[in-house]
Amino acid sequence: MATKGAASPPRPVITATGVSKRYVTHGRKATALKERFVQSAKGQGGIATEFWALKDVDVVVGEGETVGLIGPNGAGKSTLLKILAGILRPTSGVVHVEGRIASLLELGAGFNAELTGRENVYLNAALLGLSKKEVDHLFASILEFSEQGPRIDDPVKHYSSGEYVKLAFAIAVHVDPDILLVDEVLAVGDEAFARKCLAKISEFQHAGKTILFVTHALDLVEQLCTRGIVVDHGVVQYDGDPAFAVGTLRKILGTDRPADAPNEPEAIGGMVVVDAVASTRRGGAATDRVRPGRTLHVRVQVDVQPGEGLIEGELQVVVMGAGDIPVLVLRTVEGGHVPAVPGRYTVDLQLPEMPPLVGAFILGVSVLDPESGRPISARRFDQAFWVLDGPRGALLHLPTTATVRS
Amino acid sequence: MASSTVSGPEDRAALARSRAAAQGRIRWELLSQLIRKDLKVKYQGSAIGFAWSLANPLIQMAIYYVIFTKVMGIAVPDYAVYLMAGLLPFTCFSQAVTGASGSVVGSAGLVKKVRFPRLVLPLSAVGFSVVQFVLQLFLLLVVVLVTTPTKFGLHTLLILPAFALLIVFATALGVLVSALNVRWRDTSHFVEIAMLVWFWANPILYAAGLVKEKLDPHGLFWTYFLNPMATVVSTFQRAVYGTPYYTDAEGVRRLVLASPGYTFYLRNLLIGFVISGLLLLAARAVFNRLEADFAEDL
Repeated sequence: MATKGAASPPRPVITATGVSKRYVTHGRKATALKERFVQSAKGQGGIATEFWALKDVDVVVGEGETVGLIGPNGAGKSTLLKILAGILRPTSGVVHVEGRIASLLELGAGFNAELTGRENVYLNAALLGLSKKEVDHLFASILEFSEQGPRIDDPVKHYSSGEYVKLAFAIAVHVDPDILLVDEVLAVGDEAFARKCLAKISEFQHAGKTILFVTHALDLVEQLCTRGIVVDHGVVQYDGDPAFAVGTLRKILGTDRPADAPNEPEAIGGMVVVDAVASTRRGGAATDRVRPGRTLHVRVQVDVQPGEGLIEGELQVVVMGAGDIPVLVLRTVEGGHVPAVPGRYTVDLQLPEMPPLVGAFILGVSVLDPESGRPISARRFDQAFWVLDGPRGALLHLPTTATVRS
Repeated sequence: MASSTVSGPEDRAALARSRAAAQGRIRWELLSQLIRKDLKVKYQGSAIGFAWSLANPLIQMAIYYVIFTKVMGIAVPDYAVYLMAGLLPFTCFSQAVTGASGSVVGSAGLVKKVRFPRLVLPLSAVGFSVVQFVLQLFLLLVVVLVTTPTKFGLHTLLILPAFALLIVFATALGVLVSALNVRWRDTSHFVEIAMLVWFWANPILYAAGLVKEKLDPHGLFWTYFLNPMATVVSTFQRAVYGTPYYTDAEGVRRLVLASPGYTFYLRNLLIGFVISGLLLLAARAVFNRLEADFAEDL
């Protein structure tokens, strides 16, 4: 885990062990007794369909971590968040929470439509474990943050969805929670408010609070989180670095390459790139992580098929970072190109010393006409390897110095 | 705020634990806020507000009084007081249980989004009803004190255990039906009808003494009090109404109340508390079990 410099691991504030959640759909959700009787008469009542939303999930969240829970729709991430929040109880497994939890799930935090904003503030804070006295102290700053002004004394049923969320967020961040759970709500307010919320969240991070996000805004995860958890089909697929997590999810979703980039080998002149493997050893197995300073070996397999006008091909491997930005190019040199003779060729390329890059990298492999540079064949290999060194936020991580003068 | 005085990591951990506990515990403050919310929602925007809570039992009393004394010619003296002494606690009970049955379902928004002890929902529904009852009872006592002060005495103290039993029993049943109603929405409909029937299982309109006359020869009068509400109602009547006997049209001296003494009531109260206590334990167990799926069943 990429925690900042702390020698001892942070105190766990949420400990979930072996958490599973089974949803039972009672036939057509027979919440009415009659339906149950009717169904059992038809012999369907007993056959309640089961669905495991979570299967044996272990998660430990330490104090001060900002965790992004990501996954495809219906993967179980919201269920997991609700279980961690104590809103749902797991079918099996144990969840232990230390600290006050404030949750922002979906729209609003469970307001009573008939009550005014002010009354809802008091009620909500009371539900979160605050006394009336404490809320009295906080009220002014809640009001200011929510930007409601005199509308605070209107029943919330007259609020717009944006105002609703503003008030909900204002309460959640002002009740001084130890753990803040956020489920996809930041998108609702206007941009100014969204910024304010993000500022508040980073303030929380600096104050050492624990934050759990469920979001589809993957950029936000990379930006804000210290850890990413990928949930798919009720199982934790990856738990660790947020950039890795986002990469893993994009792989699951199939969005790790631009929609218009076909992954089918293109062969113009009878040369097909069959495979490309990045490794830390020559001819070794594919590696996930390459440490800076180590040698990067790329082994490419090229098929040369018999055909007319076969020419020698220059093999070029472009290492691309996030957003398909080309970072490095490895290529064969004259005399070492792929010959114009049919057959299967293995090409080994090396980068003697991996520069201090940060992030996940893609290999764009192409065969070019050495004379004109015209591409003959191309293929991309997504998520080929990761390089992790230093803080995220930039592609290149180099030592820097800074001085401050008055 | 509390956090500003906290420094070391041990302190922080301890504070976090106590806060987590505070969030999971049923606190009076939270209950009272929820009850006040219910009162506010119910009576806000109405001109006479809380007085409406008196209108219902008063109208009922007026109707029953006219029908039973003028039309049917029931000879129970101070029938209005007798009626109110039983009608008020039963209305409180029926309102508490009916209200509790819809309490969790009615707070779906909260249940699905906020971590809090769900038990406060039925409890606050019962509390809401009890608060109104206390006010009604207070007014009844004032009226009785002004009109017939002789009705007061040591027996008036029976109000206290009867009140306690009412709360325990209504809570037990309220907690049970609130949880059942999440899974089986028929529960609240069933409760409404059950309350109509249940009303007649208590000596509210008729004299408890009449039941005694019918059941005592078989030695079965005690079974009537397996219904804790019959105990609550009859004990309230003993406490507030007082007059044990009346003389009917044929000049026969008959019992109005279930018993003229005290031990009878104390015994029934004991039975009632045992039954309600067991029901409360069972209700809690059911609630705890079903609570796990509240957020998804709503």
